[in-house]
Formats: sequence, structure tokens, C-alpha cells
Amino acid sequence: MSDEQSTGQRRGLMGRLRNSLKRTRSGLTDGLAGVFSGRRRLDDEMLEELEARLLSADVGIEATETVLNGLLERFGRAEIKDGSSVFEGLQEEIAKVLEPVAQPLRIDAAKRPFVILTVGVNGAGKTTTIGKLASRLQQEGRSVMLAAGDTFRAAAVEQLKQWGEQIDCPVIAQSTGADSASVVYDAYEAARARGVDVLIADTAGRLHTQANLMEELRKIRRVLARQDTASPHETLLVLDGGNGQNALAQAEKFGEAVQVSGLVVTKLDGTARGGVLLALAQRLRVPVRYIGVGEGVEDLRPFDAKEFAAALATE
Amino acid sequence: MFDNLSGRLDSVAQRMRGQGRITEENIQETVREVRMALLEADVALPVVRSFTEEVKKRALGAEVAKSLTPGQAFIKIVQDELVRVMGEAAVPLNLNVQPPAVILMAGLQGSGKTTSIGKLARYLTEREKKKVLVVSCDVYRPAAIEQLATLAKQVGVEAFPVSSGGDPQRMARQAVDHARRHYFDVVLVDTAGRLTIDEAMMDEVKRLHRAVDPAETLFVVDAMTGQDAAKTAQAFGEALPLTGVILTKADGDARGGAALSVRQITGAPIKFLGIGEKTDALEPFHPDRIASRILGKGDVVSLVEEVERSVDQEKAKRLEQKLRKGGKGFDLEDFREQMLQINQMGGLGSLVDKMPGMGQHADQIKDQLDDRFVRRQLAMIDSMTPAERTRPDIINGSRKRRIADGSGVPVQDVNRLLKQFKQMQKMMKQIKKKGGMQRLAQRLMGGGGGPGAGGMPPGLGR
Repeated sequence: MSDEQSTGQRRGLMGRLRNSLKRTRSGLTDGLAGVFSGRRRLDDEMLEELEARLLSADVGIEATETVLNGLLERFGRAEIKDGSSVFEGLQEEIAKVLEPVAQPLRIDAAKRPFVILTVGVNGAGKTTTIGKLASRLQQEGRSVMLAAGDTFRAAAVEQLKQWGEQIDCPVIAQSTGADSASVVYDAYEAARARGVDVLIADTAGRLHTQANLMEELRKIRRVLARQDTASPHETLLVLDGGNGQNALAQAEKFGEAVQVSGLVVTKLDGTARGGVLLALAQRLRVPVRYIGVGEGVEDLRPFDAKEFAAALATE
Repeated sequence: MFDNLSGRLDSVAQRMRGQGRITEENIQETVREVRMALLEADVALPVVRSFTEEVKKRALGAEVAKSLTPGQAFIKIVQDELVRVMGEAAVPLNLNVQPPAVILMAGLQGSGKTTSIGKLARYLTEREKKKVLVVSCDVYRPAAIEQLATLAKQVGVEAFPVSSGGDPQRMARQAVDHARRHYFDVVLVDTAGRLTIDEAMMDEVKRLHRAVDPAETLFVVDAMTGQDAAKTAQAFGEALPLTGVILTKADGDARGGAALSVRQITGAPIKFLGIGEKTDALEPFHPDRIASRILGKGDVVSLVEEVERSVDQEKAKRLEQKLRKGGKGFDLEDFREQMLQINQMGGLGSLVDKMPGMGQHADQIKDQLDDRFVRRQLAMIDSMTPAERTRPDIINGSRKRRIADGSGVPVQDVNRLLKQFKQMQKMMKQIKKKGGMQRLAQRLMGGGGGPGAGGMPPGLGR
């Protein structure tokens, strides 16, 4: 990546996003202009090439068909003026799939504490996302408290505490091995007593196929609902952007167990393209709240369909 | 893992079985379906392409044309290709170097490096009787060092003390020195998760590799990884001379495409599968067995090995004698023993996965038999007196109520348990009769028509 700027340099947020997502983009449309040039119409060869590229961005068969059909409808067999109109069309078709799910997280100030429960499989990036989200909310002028609900993984509690120290945010924790629901209960009490605006609860990573561990999540929800029937006000599922079609199974199973109300897709700063977002948008229509595009606190970005589509398919 | 791919290929195979001849046309459609099945299973596109081309080439070749059952021959080709792509035979760790043998782990963030090191440390200590030292060179992620230290304590190995302010290269070298002086056999080196496009971090891991000269350099990859597996594997393979792969989180419903992609692209064999939360949930990888699992033929070899390893031979012998006598003397105590052993083997789910003919049914069955159910049965037996366990006939109404209260279940559950136990006794008598074993097998497999709840072994169905 010779054109990659040194990481220390400050860039505008748009620049950051575009830069971070550039790998995402270059993978999808790299050299595509070459394929398009000199073509008069959308022929089978072009469509096949586009299909292959969408599939290898984890878009999945179903959503790929939707995008390509949209493109076909748009251009038909009519003559194409130039290559860039195909790119524009592609962007618009992608954005069309994503737009319905681009709904930012709104924190209702009347609900205090506003409770966010984070769930996900092992290693998706829950704890890191919580650290970044907390910092973001603090910057918006809200007081935040964290609950160290991952009492299973070794040193998970310490990891969250270190985040708390770094961003100066109180963390309610018990020891590893404690009952996760009881930690969350304690944290809720503490948050209410101190008049905190937002409480974010961490949970242990678990594969969605483990029935007993999913039951544990339901218990946390029950405990929270007993305090405030509307709580948790947001249940965020954190997905690893590198995951393929399995992300659908994760979203389905977690959705059944704990009524997921929003998604965060992490690790989109690498070579992973996050095309599975299209598959998710088409199949499940769960709102996408944020995407993670880097290590820094400011790299947790609200999800914007147009921006994402533009980054995914630029000429 | 692999259930979905297995199901898709199964339906392709069913249709191919009926084909009397394989022609260019009917193969076209089938190959397309295989392609879709692989893509849906997250196999990387370049790997899918070479896979389907190879299958097509061979399917139109002489071996199929001559075959009387071209459908079967086609399936054989797919299976052969699967095995070829995943590597022909199991490749164990090579630790035949002057000790200490260093094992370096590398991979993306959240792929499961630290957890895998804990599991591998336990595996090497318990099964290969090695003296193991672990060291964390992850100075970036908060509490990564504490995580490895805690895991080391859990599995009973030494963790080389490091501080988060240190230099990874120096830390690793010091750990290897320490290991040499204190006669350790193996040093497991954990590294920070890194993105392949982060040049500085990739350089760091290269330097780390040079500094410790590992006997094994293992790439750790999440089984749920999508198409990116190809790129990431390639980049790590270019940066480091990989000697093997650990595929983690393989106990979920990932379709296992990463397993196929990574081997093909790096050329490094998959050596282990991470299959659960606990520190013993690490399994050596056998490509041929996995291929037959994908094609729904089950993995009986692993199942038998698993049973041999976890079952107490003494107890098994006693049970066998009772079985030979047609279940005479088989009591609830033995029943309980069996339940405990199932639990030890990683629960019913992991057994069902390996049974032949389960294919698409595996998920259904797993839904029915969650392990809480086994635990409840154990609780009921635990609430019985020794006399009740040896002679269940004496359990009357008031005893049932006591057992139900003691184990926190409704009385009906106690009734069901007793009924299942009686059925089991009856079945054992049948085994003794001639041909009984066959009938039993038929019942266990649901008469070949796909096992439903009715076909489950008594005591295992709900």
C-alpha cells in the first residue's frame, strides 16, 4: 500500500473512512474499469465478472442476484455511455439494499439509565466496541457506566477495566466466574443511584449454537426487564466484518434469543469487505448502527448506506 | 461445522445417483450446483473455481464413463477433491528439534490465538507429556498478557512473566532462554492480532519469527471467516513460513469454507480444530475424516477414538458384561455412569456430529437433545437412594415425589425417566437374542428413514 498514509497523521473523518474502506473498495472494483472499457452494453461477461466480485466480497448469492438484477433493469441491453455510469449504477443498487437498515442509534434521554446490552460470538470485538462507543457517547456529553458482564473469558474483566481507565469511565465488575446477570443487576442499581445517562453491559462471547449460553443471555435480559420493563433499550449484536455467510446465522440465532435491535460490524479496516452487510440487510432487516474501521476511538462510525456503497464500489 | 455444505452436496448427490450417463450438459448443471454450495459455505472464489474445474474435468474423463453407476462415481470425485483440497493425511506437530521447540502463533484480531495457546498447552502437557512454557508478546490489547497468564494457571503450565511495556522481540527471546535453562520441551509464543495491511505490525511478527526461530509457525483462523480467508491466509503465508493452521470456533454452525480455502492457498496443513469453550476442546485435524463428515458419512474413527480416550475402561468392561447377560443387573447406577460419560465426551452434540447418516438431521437432533436434559436426568438419579438405584421397582408414588422435589423437576419427568430405563433394559434383552444387534442398530438409526425422536436410543430422546 504505497499510497497509504502513515497512521499517525490526522485526516478528516470522511478521509479516514474512505481510506479505511479503500481496501474494501479496491478489492471489489480493482481493475474493473479495464473490464468495462470499450464495452457497449452490459453483456454476460461483464455480469459474470461483477457476480464473481460481489460474491468474493461476501455479499452472498441472494443479495448478489438482487444487485445484478437491479443493474440489468437499470441498463437493460441498452447502450452504455461510459464505464463510470456502470459504477454509479452499481453504487446506487448497493445503497438501495443498504438504505433501509442504515438507522443510527438514538439514545432516549428520558430513559435513564439508557441500557445497551452487547452480545456476539467470541472474538467479534465486543469489549473494544464498548470502549469506543462509551468514549463516543461521553464526547456527546453523556455520562456512561460500563458493566463487566464477561465473567467467563480469562482477563476479560481486566480488559474492560483498562478501557474504563483510559477513557475515564466507571466500570462495575465482580470477579471472573461470577454470575453475569448479577453483575449487570449491580451495575443497573449503581447507574440509577448515580444518575448515569447510559449503561453499557458487556457479555461473554458465545457461539450462537450453544443453547445453554444463549439461555444465560436471556436471563440477563430478564433481570434487566425486572428493573425497567423497557430495558435493555438497545441490544447490540457485534459482528466480525471478516465473517462470511455465517453472520446471517449469528444474527438469526441471537435475534431469536435476545431480540437484537441493532448491529455493529467491526474490523472493516482490513482486507475484509463486509459485503455480508448486504446479505444481512436483505434477509433480516436489522438496523445497522455502527461500523468499526480502525483501532482509534474515533474509528467507530455511524453507518451510512451511501457512504458505504460509494466506498465499496468506486471507479 | 460443515452441516450446510454437507446438506447441499447431499441433494446434488441424490440427483446424480439417478443419472444413467454423464454428459457435458447434465454435468454443467451439477457443477454449477456444487459451485453454489461451496460459495454459500464461504469457500473462497479462487478455490471454488479450481475445485469445480477439476471436478468437471475428471467427471468427463474415462473413470466415470466406464463406471456402471456414474452418479456414484461423480460423488467419489467430489469426495476425492475435498480430501485433496484439505490435504490428504493428518499432519502432526513436528517438535523434533533441539529443545525447546518454539511454536509461534499468528493471526487476525479475535481469531482465537490466546485461547488456542491455552488449549495447545494443555494438549501437549497431557497427551504428549511435554513440559510447556507460554509467553505473551501481545503488548497492545488491554489485558492480553493477563489473559494468557490466567489460562496458563488454569491448565497448569508456566507463563513467562512479561510486562505490557516491553519489547515483543526481547520478551520472546528471554522466554526461550529461560526455557532452555530450565529444560522446557516447548515454548508457545502468543502474538498480538494484526491486520495484514498493517505493514509495521507485519514487520514486527517477521522480526519475532527471526528472533525465536520456531519449529512450528501456526496461522490461527476463525472457521466463520468469509471470502477474506483467502486474502488473509495469503498475506500471512507470504510474511511467514507457515507450517500449519489452527481452525478455531469450529463447534458452531460455520460452513467451514475457510478450512478448504486456507489449506489450498497457504499450502500449510490444518493441524487442529478448536471445538469449544473449555481448555480441552482442541482436536487434531484429519482431512479424510472431515471430508466424509461433509458428505454425510460420519466420522466413526474419531468417534471411536473419542470413546476410547474418555471412557473409563474398567467401568466399560463391567457394563459390557452386564450387557452380555442381557441387561441382568443393569441398574440406574450404570445408566448414570453412561450419562456422565456422554458429558465427558463433550456432550451429545459432538457425538451426533460424528455419527454416520446424520447429515441434515444433525441440527434437528441437537435441538432436541440439549445437554441440560442430560443434566436433569443425572439430577434425578442423584436424588435417589442407593437402594432405589439398584432396584427401581421399589420407587412408589411418595418416593417419586421426593425424587422430583430433590431434583427440581415435575413428577412426570421422573416417570419418564423410569419408563425409558425400563425400555433400555428390555432392549438389552433383545440384544442377547440372535440378530438382536442388527435390530438395535436399526432402531438407533431410525430404520434408515432418517432418525426422528422415535428412533433415538431410549433415554436420549426427550
